[in-house]
Amino acid sequence: MQILDFGYMAELFPYLLGKLPITLGMASAGMLCALVLASGLAIVRVVQPPLVNGAAKLFISFFRGTPLLVQLFLFYYGLPQLIESLVKIDGVTATILGLTLHFSAYMAESIRAAIVGIDRSQTEAALSIGMTQSQLMRRIVLPQATRIAVPTLMNYFIDMIKSTSLAFTLGVTELMGATQKEASSSFLYFEAFLTVAVIYWVVVELLSRLQKLMERKLNKAYQR
Amino acid sequence: MITVRGLTKFFGDTPVLNGIDLDIEQGEIIVVIGPSGTGKSTLLRCINMLESPDQGHITLGGHHVDFDRVSNDDRLALRRKTAFVFQNYALFANKNALENVAERLIVVDGWPKAKAHARAGELLDRVGLNDKHTAYPAALSGGQQQRVGIARAMAANSDLILFDEPTSALDPEWVDEVLSVMKQLARERQTMLVVTHEMQFARDVADRVIFMSGGNIVEQGPPEALFSAPKDPRTRSFLRKVLGPQAASSE
Ligand SMILES: Nc1ncnc2c1ncn2[C@@H]1O[C@H](COP(=O)(O)OP(=O)(O)OP(=O)(O)O)[C@@H](O)[C@H]1O
Ligand SMILES: [Mg+2]
Repeated sequence: MQILDFGYMAELFPYLLGKLPITLGMASAGMLCALVLASGLAIVRVVQPPLVNGAAKLFISFFRGTPLLVQLFLFYYGLPQLIESLVKIDGVTATILGLTLHFSAYMAESIRAAIVGIDRSQTEAALSIGMTQSQLMRRIVLPQATRIAVPTLMNYFIDMIKSTSLAFTLGVTELMGATQKEASSSFLYFEAFLTVAVIYWVVVELLSRLQKLMERKLNKAYQR
Repeated sequence: MITVRGLTKFFGDTPVLNGIDLDIEQGEIIVVIGPSGTGKSTLLRCINMLESPDQGHITLGGHHVDFDRVSNDDRLALRRKTAFVFQNYALFANKNALENVAERLIVVDGWPKAKAHARAGELLDRVGLNDKHTAYPAALSGGQQQRVGIARAMAANSDLILFDEPTSALDPEWVDEVLSVMKQLARERQTMLVVTHEMQFARDVADRVIFMSGGNIVEQGPPEALFSAPKDPRTRSFLRKVLGPQAASSE
């Protein structure tokens, strides 16, 4: 008797690869939206306009302080109960929404730290030549802060890809959902979940390599 | 002519500037000296609005600003009519020498990029950086960075350039090249207000030397007069410290 059914795994592999676009699509959409939202939150936390700052703090505290799974259920099952038009919110949308809000709370803090890390004298120099606050943010501070924040943000993207697996609880047939279905009909649980684990692993490994390359390139910027 | 009246600044409850009055003629080169912590930097930073003064008013380049009620437009106007050279250069780290100088022309004055870069190139040539146009600050020596800083300040065609100890952070070997760029600017009669400990520069270049102490202008006059016959005991004691005992009395 053989330990693993390799034939089954070889069959399952291409089928699961076909689900990779859904997984990566949700993660990419979530990442893009989270970047925009996090940049906004970070600027609010740096500039600290009275009312908005309190709201931003509360937002960040809530979405960092509660599990992603709870947030997903809140959006998918909870929101439609409150707002009629959301009755048809689908699993993919709810997942992207959840990933966006959850990860933007974390990313805001690392972008904020990167902004604060730009030395104050450059800000003063920009003001001294008559730039406005928003010009100096756009042209001097954010480009440098981005460079500092990119490696950390890449980590969050990797984390986000793995977190998309929670979408199966909302009935989305992404990588994890598809594996779950296959496994429960074939009863070859070990083979099925090992296959999907390898797929996640390879994707994350490739991204980590990309991250290292980017880091090396970014470190060389502004040097010559 | 630039007129400052009753410029007063507090940090918390501590008065740092006690109603400074200052007139600056067009083309005048003024050097400000004085002990540490007497408000020299604060004076410059208030004129440039990097600090918000508490009282007083200023007239500069036809713009009158009352420090009691400063609007955002006033602040921008004062900054755009003056330029600042920082002790630690404060170049934009993400921009090369050319872009550092051109930045203001593009963003504030709305010049097209090509024209701004051409002008920035001329200015860099004038401060002796012909071969460093595309170098980033990280690749430049302190002296070179400060010369870019001066070129950036020149780009504005300002009514007044403020220098806050432009050579204090430099290794001794780079001081002369920066001072000679400043001397050249002085010969062109660019109006300058310079805080420095370089007494020889003050003697050679200044039309007027101002001695500050405790947030006040204690004494001022042409360098020969102030250095050879200081009237106030505080000026005498300061000069004795920086020039040595014989230098302050003799000459
Ligand atoms: N941002 C600030 N907050 C509080 N106090 C300040 C601040 N900046 C300066 N001071 C204080 O104001 C006083 C004047 O400082 P300023 O930097 O203008 O002196 P300075 O004459 O330029 O001295 P130095 O020769 O050391 O540069 C000092 O006592 C300083 O400690
Ligand atoms: Mg100072």
